[in-house]
Amino acid sequence: MSMNQAPSRYLLRLGDNALILGQRLIEIVADGPELEEELANANFALDYLGQARMFYTYAGELENQGRTEDDFAFLRGNMEFQNLLLLEQPNGHFGDTIVRQFLFDSYYMLQLEALCECDDKRLAEIAARAVKEIRYHLRHVTQWLVRLGDGTEESHQRVQESLAWLWRYTGEMFAGDPVDDIVRDELKGPDLQVIHDEWRKDVRAALDEATLELPVDEWMQSGGREGRHTEHLGYLIAEMQYLQRAYPGASW
Amino acid sequence: MTMSAFTVENSFSEQQVWDWLQEIPDPEVPIVSVVDLGMIRGISIEQDAVEVAVSPTYSGCPATEVIERSIVAELQRRGVANASVKRVLSPPWTTDWISDAGKQKLRRYGIAPPVGSSSKRDLLGGPKLVPCPRCGGTQTSLVSEFGSTACKASYKCDDCLEPFEYFKCI
Repeated sequence: MSMNQAPSRYLLRLGDNALILGQRLIEIVADGPELEEELANANFALDYLGQARMFYTYAGELENQGRTEDDFAFLRGNMEFQNLLLLEQPNGHFGDTIVRQFLFDSYYMLQLEALCECDDKRLAEIAARAVKEIRYHLRHVTQWLVRLGDGTEESHQRVQESLAWLWRYTGEMFAGDPVDDIVRDELKGPDLQVIHDEWRKDVRAALDEATLELPVDEWMQSGGREGRHTEHLGYLIAEMQYLQRAYPGASW
Repeated sequence: MTMSAFTVENSFSEQQVWDWLQEIPDPEVPIVSVVDLGMIRGISIEQDAVEVAVSPTYSGCPATEVIERSIVAELQRRGVANASVKRVLSPPWTTDWISDAGKQKLRRYGIAPPVGSSSKRDLLGGPKLVPCPRCGGTQTSLVSEFGSTACKASYKCDDCLEPFEYFKCI
């Protein structure tokens, strides 16, 4: 990984995380458990989509090969996506959807806060815009986490199971690679060790309030950033890219 | 054409451009203009060229592109030959920038304007007291953190029993 490629690669990962989670949430538009959550999901998805666009556009400019936001979203194969495995996991039941977003947004907010201070001015500006939206999301999903965890016996048990299942995908968020190292060292980007400590503290506080137990760190699944995905991503990509694959260049 | 055509002083002032922009509505909340919302960061005039600096509200706000197009179209309609828009992300737009006049208009329209500031503490904190824009009642309750557009939450008034929208702080 050269110094030149690292920033655009980093931006693509940010874009992929936002796009894939946004696309997952779009799947449950018109299928939410109640109207208010319907609105929340659609709004979340829109925010992620808008953030993905800004990250992709900037990545394309840095890469300087003429690729646009649409090229990144619609014309790359599954193995070129570098999102976290956590985000491509199916929506499952409502507790799964909430836990997935809670675990990610708790991390993403810290990542964006650190990026607000980085040496790349444009990235810092995008992060400053995005972090306000993510704080709002996090407040909402944390409220649900507490309501479900500290709710009925059944909701408590089911959301504890969601945590147990999704926890294995959280290790990847903090396992840095050369791209992260370059962004940290050359651009004064996030230090993943610091973020991990803060994340654990925040997550533990929310889980305590929700009367849920912090899962034990065991086997952590990884590979998303190398393009080794779970089986679920392919279906998502196939649906998302259908139109551009079937009718190349279609626009309206 | 003589050379003088290139050195003609423009026939509009910066104030005039502000006045024109004051008439461009937000496509989703048409009672307020893009100026009321605090989206206009600056205007630069160079001979017959006008560049308007615009801060988008939300990352994914579908109105942003519509607004940018309407600004260019409005300036062209007013005779600006070379109108353009520059997107400015920093500092990020916040509801703190909505003008007092804008807040008044929102209230008259039935939308409660943002209460408090968009600081991190406010964003992560609990619900706030939002007075009803219709009856002014203070017994109101949050129905949903989200509403018909990205910028609004849904409330109801327990005094007059009317539902209303709240322009949330962000």
